[in-house]
Amino acid sequence: MIPAKFDYVRAGSAAEAIAALGEHGDEAKLLAGGHSLLPLMKLRLATPAVLVDVGRLDDLRYIRDAGDQIAIGALTRHHDLETSDLLAEQCPMLRHVAHLVGDPQVRHRGTIGGSLAHADPASDLPAAVLALGGTLVARGPDGEREIAATEFFTGFLESALAGDELLTEIRVPKVPGAGWSYQKFNRRAQDWAIVGVAAVRNGTTGVALVNMGTTPLRATAVEEALAGGASAAEAAERADEGTEPTADLNASEEYRRHLARVLTRRALEEAGA
Amino acid sequence: MTATETPAATTVLGSRLLRKEDPALLTGEGRYVDDLVVPGALWLGLVRSTVAHARVSVDVGPALDAPGVVAAFTGDDLLDAWAAPLPCAWPVTEDMKAPEHRPVAAGTACYVGDIVAVVVAESRAAARDAVEAVLVDYDELPAVVDLEEAAEDRVLVHEDLGTNRSYTWELTPDADAVERAFAEAAHTVSERYVQQRLIPAAMEPRGVVVVPAPHGGEYTVYSSTQIPHILKVMLAATTGVPEHKIRVIAPAVGGGFGSKLNVYAEEVLALALARKLGRPVRWTEERSEAAVATIQGRGQIQHIELAADAAGKVTAVRVRLLADLGAYLQLVTPGIPLLGAFLYHGVYDIPAYSFSCTGVFTTKTPTDAYRGAGRPEATYAIERAMDALAVEVGVDPAEIRRRNFIPTDAFPYSSAPGLVFDSGDYEPALARALEMVGYEELRAEQARRRESGSTAHLGVGISFYVEMCGLAPSRVLASLNFGAGGWEAATVRVLPTGMVQVVTGTSPHGQGHETSWSMIVADRLGVDPDHVEVLHSDTDVSPHGLDTYGSRSLAVGGTAVWHACEKVVAKARTIAAHQLEVAEEDLEFSGGQFQVRGSPDRAMPIQAVAFQAFLAHDLPEGMEPGLSAQVVWDPPNFTFPFGAHIAVVEVDEETGRVQLLRYVAVDDCGNQVNPLIVEGQVHGGILQGVAQALWEEAAYDGDGNLRSATLADYLVPSAAEAPSYELDHTVTPSPTNPMGVKGVGEAGTIGAAPAVMNAIVDALSPLGVTDIDMPASPHRVWSAIRAAKEAQQ
Amino acid sequence: MKVAVTVNGTKQEHEVEPRTLLVHYLREVVGLTGTNIGCDTSSCGACTVLLDGQSVKSCTVLAVQADGAEITTIEGLASDGQLHPMQEAFRQHHGLQCGYCTPGMVMAAVSLLDENPAPTEAEVREGLEGNLCRCTGYHNIVKAVLAAAEGAAS
Ligand SMILES: Cc1cc2nc3c(=O)[nH]c(=O)nc-3n(C[C@H](O)[C@H](O)[C@H](O)COP(=O)(O)OP(=O)(O)OC[C@H]3O[C@@H](n4cnc5c(N)ncnc54)[C@H](O)[C@@H]3O)c2cc1C
Ligand code: FES
Ligand code: FES
Repeated sequence: MIPAKFDYVRAGSAAEAIAALGEHGDEAKLLAGGHSLLPLMKLRLATPAVLVDVGRLDDLRYIRDAGDQIAIGALTRHHDLETSDLLAEQCPMLRHVAHLVGDPQVRHRGTIGGSLAHADPASDLPAAVLALGGTLVARGPDGEREIAATEFFTGFLESALAGDELLTEIRVPKVPGAGWSYQKFNRRAQDWAIVGVAAVRNGTTGVALVNMGTTPLRATAVEEALAGGASAAEAAERADEGTEPTADLNASEEYRRHLARVLTRRALEEAGA
Repeated sequence: MTATETPAATTVLGSRLLRKEDPALLTGEGRYVDDLVVPGALWLGLVRSTVAHARVSVDVGPALDAPGVVAAFTGDDLLDAWAAPLPCAWPVTEDMKAPEHRPVAAGTACYVGDIVAVVVAESRAAARDAVEAVLVDYDELPAVVDLEEAAEDRVLVHEDLGTNRSYTWELTPDADAVERAFAEAAHTVSERYVQQRLIPAAMEPRGVVVVPAPHGGEYTVYSSTQIPHILKVMLAATTGVPEHKIRVIAPAVGGGFGSKLNVYAEEVLALALARKLGRPVRWTEERSEAAVATIQGRGQIQHIELAADAAGKVTAVRVRLLADLGAYLQLVTPGIPLLGAFLYHGVYDIPAYSFSCTGVFTTKTPTDAYRGAGRPEATYAIERAMDALAVEVGVDPAEIRRRNFIPTDAFPYSSAPGLVFDSGDYEPALARALEMVGYEELRAEQARRRESGSTAHLGVGISFYVEMCGLAPSRVLASLNFGAGGWEAATVRVLPTGMVQVVTGTSPHGQGHETSWSMIVADRLGVDPDHVEVLHSDTDVSPHGLDTYGSRSLAVGGTAVWHACEKVVAKARTIAAHQLEVAEEDLEFSGGQFQVRGSPDRAMPIQAVAFQAFLAHDLPEGMEPGLSAQVVWDPPNFTFPFGAHIAVVEVDEETGRVQLLRYVAVDDCGNQVNPLIVEGQVHGGILQGVAQALWEEAAYDGDGNLRSATLADYLVPSAAEAPSYELDHTVTPSPTNPMGVKGVGEAGTIGAAPAVMNAIVDALSPLGVTDIDMPASPHRVWSAIRAAKEAQQ
Repeated sequence: MKVAVTVNGTKQEHEVEPRTLLVHYLREVVGLTGTNIGCDTSSCGACTVLLDGQSVKSCTVLAVQADGAEITTIEGLASDGQLHPMQEAFRQHHGLQCGYCTPGMVMAAVSLLDENPAPTEAEVREGLEGNLCRCTGYHNIVKAVLAAAEGAAS
């Protein structure tokens, strides 16, 4: 319940945060909403020596119209997403998925940037951004770069961000009127998904899987099958292709594969694919 | 049925009076143990084995060097601190095997969570940091996890005992009759059920603070406990601090459900170390610590067989249990399965009975009382088996129950295992529940869905429970070798100003005794319930008592209050008669007034009598001043509440997800003192039972590690998962106490798990599913469906 | 590290270790013990307080993160000896037994109605998904929140 000791640095700007990361190297961790990091620290499963608090960077907290995209500041809270009128119009799936994260208290604190940077395969927002074909913007000592969501998740709780980079923005395409579905399968409302499936139908169909391997995943076999003219049911049969789900208290590997197929079919049907 | 001589209830008894406890709790004024501000207190940090079974060598040296650390001890360092090992008060058989249970293990750790060292530091954080600094070397021994394997003794938990089998306890009044019944049976069923281990998860974790007096050798122990009185005795026995030097206070306690009906290592350690160090010592449990450090519930494998005639009338029940005791015997560990031993025939008139239970050690957290304790297990087995019998005989589950109910005219009913059921009237409760749920329509809807080939399967599950409450007649407890009596004490004092103090030996932690006892007093003495103060849970204030568990508080403790009131009224009557100069028989007592019959203007309110008793200027010759009375009530029998519960579920064939659509309960706990409180108890009880059926499991891996040690993994349901409950009740008063009350604290839990599981199996019966282990997680349900489909191919 | 916050309308300023959780700060430094701790995984909601008007789990916020914020705890709800309507609704509907989850549950419910003044039963249940109660089975808690919503509407 009590984290190990650490030093605390409050960043007044993105630049300060990046500088602090550079200074403290591997010892340091960014603190955004704290709703992934602090639970780990309380159980002493994470013991960073320095926390760099970016929670006050309000200039990175926004949901903006950016032409054919929506730009979301990394420090935007789940609650901001779930109540956003702009998202309701332009990207209702993201709003809906944010609403399914954790519980209201978690959504009042947790940020989309933290959720993506944490790169937890069991998290909801990464899959949504993947299915949407989003882009992430990272800022480091040498300036900004864009990373496609499909390139972002590199391993279990690992992302393409360098140690001294700050995720600043998440961009998702506007998809008004597109068919979509998010199937979250869990046992209690507050829990992470045992398996989840995000599907968006906007010309082509993007499908992403939650908790089907070490990273959030694109269901490429399904997408290919659909592109090749397969029915939703046929395509869904390939949902677990290339995945490496783990076994835990809630599901065996085999059951996860089964759920992925069933939920993908339901998602595709709901999305009208 | 009517209760013996129950005078007509006043308006207060049976009313939905709002609780007195609430304003403090609603405003954050309730003081739980961790809320106490104790200047100068040292904090305990407990180093717990991370290995299920190992020889340990411990080096506390590095912890002693950590900042803020005052002391650190291994088990060996503390060997001379104990006058006796941690207590087990229920040696169920003469030859029961019990390992020595030290507060800090010396040499061998026997479960993940077993304490191997203790650090004492100046702050909570320093203690937490110092725990990390202690070096523990584990020489691993094989873990003993599986219950059936443990019973085979291939690997021993405690070498010195020579076996993992602690005891076998039998109850077979007439073995020949059982043999005969099975030989002659037209139908038999034989079922194996698993009662998974559960984590009680009272929302307040445990905590203890021990404050030594500056001189005089007295200790005040604040503990989050259900049993301050029993704890006091046991603290004296384990530490050697004389009992009269110990005061135990249970402040506000955030739920117990049996888990705080115990004497824990941390409590005796805090006392022993406060003595050793001469400073206040405190400890507050963390949740993931609680998962291994606080007792768990259930943990049984049940074999139940029924013999029945052609019509489905059950003629015999035979039960064989294996009970998972865990690594040690806590306060009443071995006796828990036996609290159900007498109830495996349920509400049915079954003439031949055979029960046996073998308690087995494993390298896991000890089990002990958890809401219902033995009775949910018994009810589960018989109610699931009755459904299996209904299928076997080919009749509706409601009908099989009707055919077997103990008939109403058979009460008081002498059961085959040897109890006398006080009162019961089962048919009306079942009929009402069926009517409320719309049983016929549900069956029709179920048939429609089945015909249409729907994969959303509808299931209806009935369970009908009876429980044995009001623990307990002391003589009966003696026959079970239980190490305490079952009486309860109460004192009622009418103060000079007319205010009333009640001292009770019960120790509430959510049940609302302050409200209910005030209502009893208001009813008996004719005073305003707001003029009654209930004192409890402090052994200096309430020196006599046996605390709160086993749905005993109202039937035993409340009855003691009732009798104390009667004694007060009797004394007051004598005083009033003396002062009004009439014969006692000429006084009528009602509405708080002693009224001279036939002379409306000659009366004396009880408050005035109390003042006269205080003045003592003019009392009858030889009478002691003061208006108070004490009663210790030992009940003549248990009480036997009952009820019909019906669950309606929908099961998604594709994913195995179970959705609880509706829950109907018709309970009968005799007369109700406060229906608001009764309903609350039923609601909470039901959800704990449903949670056993659907979500909760203390799951261990093969190495004896608890995999569901946090509230993120151990799935205590939230409002989002819970159904809304449809309740009604019948009233069959108990003749064993003057209020005709029975007890309701465990009813919901007892009824719920079998109702839900019967509903799930009912839903999936067309697919060939006949049983699913609890909790019926989507994964388990899906696996069962798949296995059944494969078997049918 | 210095922390300055306003708790229930009163300014507080203290020196704390950065690792101090807001809940420990409130309970042990400010001395407001109404907010409870029921878990170590941010699951139970017993520690719920309002941070700048929104419900948060104070076990999952560092005191230093709350610097400059307005915090309302259960002790700050009642005024002039009058229970807050949500507290009153819990009392009227027997929405508490042992009372341990209650402060967090009440704060979560206050925040819920603030964001959704007229919730359906399902919305109330879902809105309280982050708060665990072991005693009540939630039935009366849900009734209380619905009643409080209705009371506020009328
Ligand atoms: C009880 C509970 C239930 C939850 N349930 C769910 C759920 O159902 N679904 C779900 O998806 N999530 C769930 N979460 C997680 C929640 O969504 C977290 O808020 C989120 O994953 C992390 O966001 P944060 O802002 O809190 O990140 P933090 O905890 O502050 O940080 C997480 C990680 O990301 C890094 N980081 C944060 N921000 C940045 C940035 N801008 N740039 C680079 N690195 C950064 C941090 O250094 C850290 O390593 C739950 C959390 C809790 C406590
Ligand atoms: S104590 Fe904060 S969520 Fe449990
Ligand atoms: S009232 Fe006891 S936990 Fe909710």
